Amino acid sequence: MADVLERVKGIVKERLDVDESKITMEASFKDDLEADSLDVVELVMELEDEFDMEISDEDAEKIETVGDAVNYINSNQ
Amino acid sequence: MLDGKVALVTGASRGIGRAIALELARQGAKVAVNYAGSEQKAQDVVDEIQQAGSEAIKIQANVSSEEEVKSMIKQVVEQFGSIDILVNNAGITRDNLLMRMKEEEFDQVIDTNLKGVFLTTKAAARPMMKQKGGKIVNIASVVGVSGNAGQANYVAAKSGVIGLTKTSAKEFASRNIIVNAVAPGFIETDMTDELRDDQRESMQNMIPLARLGTGEDIAKVVRFLASDDANYITGQTIHVDGGMVM
Repeated sequence: MADVLERVKGIVKERLDVDESKITMEASFKDDLEADSLDVVELVMELEDEFDMEISDEDAEKIETVGDAVNYINSNQ
Repeated sequence: MLDGKVALVTGASRGIGRAIALELARQGAKVAVNYAGSEQKAQDVVDEIQQAGSEAIKIQANVSSEEEVKSMIKQVVEQFGSIDILVNNAGITRDNLLMRMKEEEFDQVIDTNLKGVFLTTKAAARPMMKQKGGKIVNIASVVGVSGNAGQANYVAAKSGVIGLTKTSAKEFASRNIIVNAVAPGFIETDMTDELRDDQRESMQNMIPLARLGTGEDIAKVVRFLASDDANYITGQTIHVDGGMVM
């Protein structure tokens, strides 16, 4: 769990260039981390590569916060 | 001009697609030759490119199937390591007067000529976004601008491609993916070879430059739009039609 969060944090930090302290489980990509829609698409693509999984468009649309991503990965790996 | 770039051309076994594949290869690109049914003709294009000293592979895929399109893009990236240029050229015709056109004739043309562009763009944008750039050239048609009796399905699809080109250009601009369209007019292909002399003459009378175009006429403009010389052009439709539709 912690490991997944750390790996997600690393990707988010690099992709969105935001301070690590802002990347909490509750943080919304668009509202808190200044991501635009395409940034979120790219983030999901990177998560797919990092965790070697495929996230359908339908599921990807539901990923709005860091916690959503972490929970999705944990329950689908 | 395109040294080391990787290009995928859909519908590249014949006609305009074939001319585009050969031209991109001549400029140094490695080319994936997509085809739906004409395997031998696709192999001939691959052979011709390889004999000229460039790299090429053929990939069978129906562009109206999302699954086949995804697997095609995967193959290109696995084989060549990236995808820098996508040319959406695959297209079919099922001409008929609107009042005689069957629903399936309409659907087939929309599926291949319009949905195919959407699916292939979507799949190719993924690696392009990762590599932070790419060029997409969609082959539309001047009839998508002017309309054409007997081609309601084809015209609707080609108009759609022009709109899709503009929207993709806007969505992908921030990722340095350049999207443009080329709209051919009357081009010498298998289809126009079958015309009678009087039909051909009446077509030529509609063209200020008074000749049919060639696949090479189209391919050279595609080559330009696929190159870094076109880095400040996006969302445009270039007519290559001898001045027929202005």
